[in-house]
Amino acid sequence: MTSTSTPAVEIDQETRLDLYRRMVELRLFEKRAYDLFMEGLVKGTSHLSLGQEAVAAGFGAAMRVDDYTFCTYRGHAHTLSRGTPMARVMGELLGRSNGVTGGKGGSMHLTSVENYAMGSYAIVGAHLPIAAGAAWSAQERGSGQVAVCFFGDGATNIGAFHEALNMAAVWKLPVVFVCENNLYMEYTAIESVTAVANPAADRAAAYGLESIVVDGNDADAVYAIALETLDRARQGAGPSLVEAKTYRHGGHSRADPGKYRPDQEVEEWLDRDPVDTYRERLLAQGIAESALTDIDDDARANVEAATQAAREAPAPGPEVLERNVWADGSATWRN
Amino acid sequence: MAELTYRDAVAAGIAQEMRRDERVYLIGEDVAGAGGVFKATPGLLAEFGPRRVRDTPISEEAIVGAAMGAAMTGLRPIAEIMFSDFLATCWDIVANQIAKTRYMTDGQISLPLVIRTANGGGARFGAQHSQSVENWAMAIPGLKVVAPSNPADVIGLLAASVRDPDPVMFFEHKALYATKGDVPDGELVDTLGTARVGREGNDATLVALAAMVPKALAAAEVLAERGVSVEVIDLRSLVPLDTQTVLGSIAKTSRLFTVEENPRLTGWGAEVVSIAAEECFWDLDGPIVRITTPHIPLPSADALEDLAIPSVDRIVTTVEQVLA
Repeated sequence: MTSTSTPAVEIDQETRLDLYRRMVELRLFEKRAYDLFMEGLVKGTSHLSLGQEAVAAGFGAAMRVDDYTFCTYRGHAHTLSRGTPMARVMGELLGRSNGVTGGKGGSMHLTSVENYAMGSYAIVGAHLPIAAGAAWSAQERGSGQVAVCFFGDGATNIGAFHEALNMAAVWKLPVVFVCENNLYMEYTAIESVTAVANPAADRAAAYGLESIVVDGNDADAVYAIALETLDRARQGAGPSLVEAKTYRHGGHSRADPGKYRPDQEVEEWLDRDPVDTYRERLLAQGIAESALTDIDDDARANVEAATQAAREAPAPGPEVLERNVWADGSATWRN
Repeated sequence: MAELTYRDAVAAGIAQEMRRDERVYLIGEDVAGAGGVFKATPGLLAEFGPRRVRDTPISEEAIVGAAMGAAMTGLRPIAEIMFSDFLATCWDIVANQIAKTRYMTDGQISLPLVIRTANGGGARFGAQHSQSVENWAMAIPGLKVVAPSNPADVIGLLAASVRDPDPVMFFEHKALYATKGDVPDGELVDTLGTARVGREGNDATLVALAAMVPKALAAAEVLAERGVSVEVIDLRSLVPLDTQTVLGSIAKTSRLFTVEENPRLTGWGAEVVSIAAEECFWDLDGPIVRITTPHIPLPSADALEDLAIPSVDRIVTTVEQVLA
């Protein structure tokens, strides 16, 4: 088993600062999203990535600009980490017309094709075969693109996971499957419903793939494994399955306080907060605190501006209700 | 003009589109080496090679999921689901993902793909390999639904489906694969959402689809001998639905029957009837009648299956009794 906690590659300072910036932005964005829920401005449900920022940041920093991202309903971080404008993501959460899908998709369906964020999929496991299809297309077009597919530990027990892994392996598709194992499938400990200890990595052998476990709270480690697996896919060596061990700071979704988790477990993981520990690492490496504080301030300002833009944006009007069912823009089904 | 079987027309239609557009791919179980379990895709592997005509594992979610991912990134895949009953195993990808993604992304993602599948009964395969499920697809916003009744339509409508920018569910009828029909020479490209008047008549309108079309035409022949002039409309696609051809026919005949292979409840005819009742009620001289399969799973025994699916005799008898 490959278990990476110390990266195999040298990461330059510019990249480290970029990783830190990404994580801080994601952290502050998600905190704001939570606050806006409490204010009643975000309706429906929402699944935050608080505590899991290092996975989105590490892959986001390593991916080529035209690599495809496929993610889940817990997809704010992955969508933002591809460079999708924060105001348009915030607008979508608030159901405003400036949102990435103009209010059609909502929190669980963030999509920004111009940023190669190819959708957030809210049926567990469904997007694994879809990501494989995008990789198949990239392979046939010879574009050199890689599809990266993020999913939770719960998805490893659904049929689509196994169908996609098998076909991707047989067809040697340029796709990286990334399991964010946050130890809980919704409200239930993943270990209590899964036959193996590592729900993704222990299944890799079934598809002839290497078993890879990475510390999902360590942005450097994630970045390193991202570079390695993306490169492998781009070279034509086929898919990878990465299991990133991480932890969500909150519950599964808006309504869930997460009380089913032992206090001690929560505390241990909070001590391993990916943002705080990375900040300490950068300081220990001699990066000036002012450089980090500047990043913090910029991120805070960006979140504030995005929130303001979303609050001020109008709600979508009735003219869009029956728009874009079909490619001609209409919803017409009869003459 | 050449005479082709319905199954030969499937391969001819796919080949026509694959020659024209290198982005068109065919994937599915047994479609390549074996030429399809219904022998509807022979010769395609030899002509287009193993990259463009590709066998998949028995993984329906992977098949339609791969088609979706490829369609949103530049290919125009044709995915085969061997029996339409198997759509139930990948209905999440079809109904939740493929159908909804354009709308949910407000038009950012296009899915120019075709899902071909062998639909319908008559082959004594029993309840899990014989269903007519075109009404499942019709119920989901975002899917176009096509079901040809003859070889020329297979080619023309398949070409139109491949060229369409939206996802199309293409229901081939397994009881029609061996039937023959004249096919014009040269490239055939039809138009989705256009019904065809298969036979003109004045006393009643019979609206039919796929394998019910030849039965409705045969019934019309019998009825004509008995002095009843029936107009037969082949709907050809359910989405888009050519309601104008149906309403125009009712304006002439003042009577409407549907002939549906799907089980009774929420069959496609229910929507046609609802539109007729709302929009041309005053043109009608009598009750609208739906001729359907009973609301049962299809039995296997030939004696029972023949009782279940609308037959020429049942169509004739029903029309005679209602018009009497």
